[in-house]
Amino acid sequence: MIDFLQIVIYGIVLGSIIALGAIGVSLIFGILRFAHFAHGDLMTLGAYFALAGVAGMSLPMFAAFGLALGATALVAIGIDRALYSRLQQVSPIILLISSVGVALMLRSLIQMIWGPDNEIYQSGISMPWTFGGLRIQPTQVMIVGGAAGLMLLLHLFLQHTRFGKAMRAMSDNPDLARLSGINTDRIVILTWIIAGVLAAAAGIFLGMDTRLHPIMGWKLLLPVFAAAIFGGIGKPYGAVAGALVIGLAQEMSTLILPAAYKPAVAFALMVIILIWRPTGIFGGKVL
Amino acid sequence: MELSGLFSYLVFFLSMVSVYAVLVLGLNIQWGYNGQLNIGVAAFFAVGAYTTAIATGPASENYLGGFGLPFLVGLILAMVVAGLLALLVGLITVNLRSDYLAIATIGIAEIVRLFLKNEGWLTNGVRGISSIPSPFDELQGIAEGMTYLAILLAFVGGVYWICQRLFRSPWARVLRAIRANEDAVLAAGKNVLLFRVEAFVLGSMFMGLGGALYAHFVGFISPSAFDPMFATFVVWVMLIAGGSGNNRGALLGALVIWAVWTLSSSMIDILADIGLLPDQLATQASALRIFLIGLLLEIILLTRREGLLPERPPKAIDRAD
Repeated sequence: MIDFLQIVIYGIVLGSIIALGAIGVSLIFGILRFAHFAHGDLMTLGAYFALAGVAGMSLPMFAAFGLALGATALVAIGIDRALYSRLQQVSPIILLISSVGVALMLRSLIQMIWGPDNEIYQSGISMPWTFGGLRIQPTQVMIVGGAAGLMLLLHLFLQHTRFGKAMRAMSDNPDLARLSGINTDRIVILTWIIAGVLAAAAGIFLGMDTRLHPIMGWKLLLPVFAAAIFGGIGKPYGAVAGALVIGLAQEMSTLILPAAYKPAVAFALMVIILIWRPTGIFGGKVL
Repeated sequence: MELSGLFSYLVFFLSMVSVYAVLVLGLNIQWGYNGQLNIGVAAFFAVGAYTTAIATGPASENYLGGFGLPFLVGLILAMVVAGLLALLVGLITVNLRSDYLAIATIGIAEIVRLFLKNEGWLTNGVRGISSIPSPFDELQGIAEGMTYLAILLAFVGGVYWICQRLFRSPWARVLRAIRANEDAVLAAGKNVLLFRVEAFVLGSMFMGLGGALYAHFVGFISPSAFDPMFATFVVWVMLIAGGSGNNRGALLGALVIWAVWTLSSSMIDILADIGLLPDQLATQASALRIFLIGLLLEIILLTRREGLLPERPPKAIDRAD
């Protein structure tokens, strides 16, 4: 029983990380209508920006965290202005291919700047808290708490601000949104800011939970897409639910499958949902 | 470099171009003809390579092998296994739109890579399979290289011929029509799903063939040779640079991009030698090269989306004959 609960904790931690990425993928699809393949590498970039803050500039972790979120959002906007916005009129498929190229460029850049080896934010081992045999790392609490906080902020933003409402309107019907006087260009930039911030947070949390590596985010891309599809693409709340399901399923699969096949579990779940209910459990859009 | 060194390098260069040309022609059937986004080229490439390695390679205690089948049988088996995998993927994903197919094929590539890495009884895991026989073991050195290049060129020619014949056929016309307007083709009474599965399977079979030709060329394969991203990505850049939908463009793209890839390595060496490249970048030369290929793709997408040789659909058939 304790072992099982321990796995549930791992699943929730992983699910929180995946959720932050999946919300971004879902928002980008809702607003820009393409599957953003560079999202995993945007996460990696965020994680390494935080590393630069902690190790390079000796900043405290929270300051490096904030810096990394901002810097990643700026990079996301820059990529959109340089590439995606120019390809927007062409076709979503060209945008998708372009994002695959961006994914590879980001990863190569990260490897050139920081090298191909594993990195960690801080050396030293923090003692886990134990609750009747159940071990919980302080970082795990930080990750889940941080992810929940960011999601709450996003929820308040989407439901209660003018920009949030405009974003939802544009996701529902871009033409109607434009006709009703919404500055869609500004909404696109806002989408990239939110997606960039959430991706960076996901990357940093992943780095705290495991280690930093140039392909860490790419490896998370499949679960992230699986979560976004599971929850219904274009539905941020569905993405969160999908992420928890995927995270828990991946960790629980270790009870019956070799741990190496964890990504296959995300894929299998995605395929099942695609066949059974292509719009996801929360009835999102079909790609 | 000595003349003979240069010559053997040229043979090596053209052999690699030939292997990639087969892959690009396969991708062209899927993407160029039909608009299917297969981002899992590496999976079919790897499956083809491993199939022929196991079928034709020597016996080993560590993994399955020792069947000692002939070269041609290995190639056919590679195409069959890659085709079966594609059929499985195709049947699951066939009624999904392009973005979903892209994500699904990434998943397949990832699972194939995990399988090759972890199922050591079959594939020898990360150590890979060595001493894959060349079809002309009795020949040595450059003679062997040239003979194999001749075989490769013959295969490229054969695949190109098939692709050209198909391109002008009613079959490919339906594929292009599906790409342009699926609903209209459906309304015309065509079985859209069947056509899509056929294109996906045929394209993947050629990718499997490319993998098998590669395995016999290099003689050693391991999971790291089929990095899902790089192996797939280079093939994509080749097709888009050359001109998707155009078989000659596919061949040209394989030649040009492999040349760029090769030259970028020499350029980086030279720049590092004369001190123009910071040491840190020189040690990350492979990352720098991948970055440059990515940049090249973005430039092509922004400036010349049609590629070097744009698609030219064949003229409508004159009904008078």
